[in-house]
Amino acid sequence: MATTGIDGFGSDATLDRKRLYGRVFVGLCFLSTLFGVAALLLLVGDVIYESWGWLDLTFLTHPPSWFPENYVDGRGAGIYPALIGSLFLIVLTAVFTIFLGVGAAIYLEEYAPDTRVTRFIEANIANLAGVPSIVYGLLGLALFVRAAGLGSVLLAGALTLTLLILPIVIVAAQEAVRAVPDSQRRAAYGVGATKWEVTRDVVLPSAMPGIMTGTILALARAIGETAPLIMIGAATTMFAPPRLSPGALFEPFGAMPMQIFEWASQPQAEFQHIAAAGSVVLLTVLLLMNATAIYIRNRYDR
Amino acid sequence: MSLDDTPTTDAESMTTTPTVTTTDDHSGTGETIIESRDIDVYYGDTQALDGISMEIPEQQVTALIGPSGCGKSTFLRSINRMNDLIDTARVEGEILLRGKNIYDDDVDPVALRRAVGMVFQEPNPFPKSIYDNVAYGLRVQGKDDNLDEKVEDALRRAAIWDEVGDQLDSSGLDLSGGQQQRLCIARAIAPDPEVILMDEPASALDPVATSQIEDLIEDLASEFTVVIVTHNMQQAARISDKTAVFLTGGELVEFGDTNRIFENPNSQRVEDYITGKFG
Ligand SMILES: Nc1ncnc2c1ncn2[C@@H]1O[C@H](COP(=O)(O)OP(=O)(O)OP(=O)(O)O)[C@@H](O)[C@H]1O
Ligand SMILES: [Mg+2]
Repeated sequence: MATTGIDGFGSDATLDRKRLYGRVFVGLCFLSTLFGVAALLLLVGDVIYESWGWLDLTFLTHPPSWFPENYVDGRGAGIYPALIGSLFLIVLTAVFTIFLGVGAAIYLEEYAPDTRVTRFIEANIANLAGVPSIVYGLLGLALFVRAAGLGSVLLAGALTLTLLILPIVIVAAQEAVRAVPDSQRRAAYGVGATKWEVTRDVVLPSAMPGIMTGTILALARAIGETAPLIMIGAATTMFAPPRLSPGALFEPFGAMPMQIFEWASQPQAEFQHIAAAGSVVLLTVLLLMNATAIYIRNRYDR
Repeated sequence: MSLDDTPTTDAESMTTTPTVTTTDDHSGTGETIIESRDIDVYYGDTQALDGISMEIPEQQVTALIGPSGCGKSTFLRSINRMNDLIDTARVEGEILLRGKNIYDDDVDPVALRRAVGMVFQEPNPFPKSIYDNVAYGLRVQGKDDNLDEKVEDALRRAAIWDEVGDQLDSSGLDLSGGQQQRLCIARAIAPDPEVILMDEPASALDPVATSQIEDLIEDLASEFTVVIVTHNMQQAARISDKTAVFLTGGELVEFGDTNRIFENPNSQRVEDYITGKFG
């Protein structure tokens, strides 16, 4: 209590009451945090528990099978083609989004005149980030699968996921570009650099960690997306991974969320465990991506 | 065209009226290198500078002093067209560099800034190595032959070689504020500009670092023309040959030899400002 022993600074009922309110508020905030963390732990714990005994190294290196007994005792059935499919998808999506996202962000922040049109575009990019992924799936289906005539192939999948996360990447990249202090730009202009040199030598290197962090987090969202892949007609089960050749771009592909969905909809009870094992693999990839993003952010945080 | 192409004959014809020789011990030629003619600068609708005309002598230190907001930085930025980077800024009038109006259509501001370097108030080294900081200007200007030599030379001239000569690979950001500012000066002088503009280069530094920078500026004047903005009256008196006093409203109230301005200003307002009665 606030008894200091000095006259006039003794304990005070109103002050005590305010402190009580403060403590109640902190308690409520703590409970909210607890709720979120507990729900997450329960979910992850449950998935790991379900997958126990079904997940081993052969699960990562073998194609799926229709017979649950093939998934045990290292007999050789698993998630391999979908895992590789997802990695291909994510690498392609990363390449597309980095070029398009960084390009758009640099243009909007460094070059675009500050007009009403520019502001309108910027506001709507932020809005696009909130559009449900199924809508992007529809767009991908109409645009890449049908209009461009690609069919349900890897390239169409990557382009669709690119559309999905591009707004997030642009906004993150814009923030990173905006965070580069003007004094840095002035320093380069001051020794006779052109605008392009200032952008290439000063703005991009400083903004890159932020851009990478934002991009990886967005990709982590994309890798778990199922709805857009269903819309464009990705394969639910593939027995061979995509080939390591440019031709693979124009061939059907699978991805982890599709495979997990397929397993979970099988009638045999064992497949629930197999789906859980697939989820653990997916979550691990997600976690690794997030860890990379955090690592990059800390590494370059000055 | 690049400013380097400006014919020297043109420049000489612009400097037929020699400016008053100063009593300072700088060996400067004293010939006018920069002539500002009736410069007005506007930010949007507000006028920041009103009809500034002055002649800045070569290889001497010219100080710009005056109360906050009177347009010193604005004037400095109009000498290397850094105002071009501010969307709302508009400059009217002429600034002649060796007789060539830098606001002519055929002047490339990037080429101009290669001849007129700048040091800023806040030390702003790049997050790169000390070496790459100094080399940056040389590289973008295509002067990257004998790079090692030039980098060392610039660091020596900026009086910081003794402190960093053995750690050229470490980051420029790991230096102290005073060292960072001298590194920025090294970066500015490395490509050998003719003029160096400095906007309160010592205002963020402690007294020791400040006096190092002041000594350095006096040395630089033997090779370069230095135009410096300062809030520090003693600093202006100590290091400059000419002083320009700007007062609120963006006007140049008095310009002349530093000694005369400080000992016997013509204008009562300048006297009041210098003696600290306002500003
Ligand atoms: N980028 C800008 N946009 C709009 N107005 C500006 C800008 N820069 C300066 N001004 C205005 O122009 C006037 C002169 O500013 P300037 O920075 O040149 O003054 P200064 O003499 O350098 O002041 P200080 O001693 O505080 O640095 C001020 O009224 C300021 O508000
Ligand atoms: Mg200023």
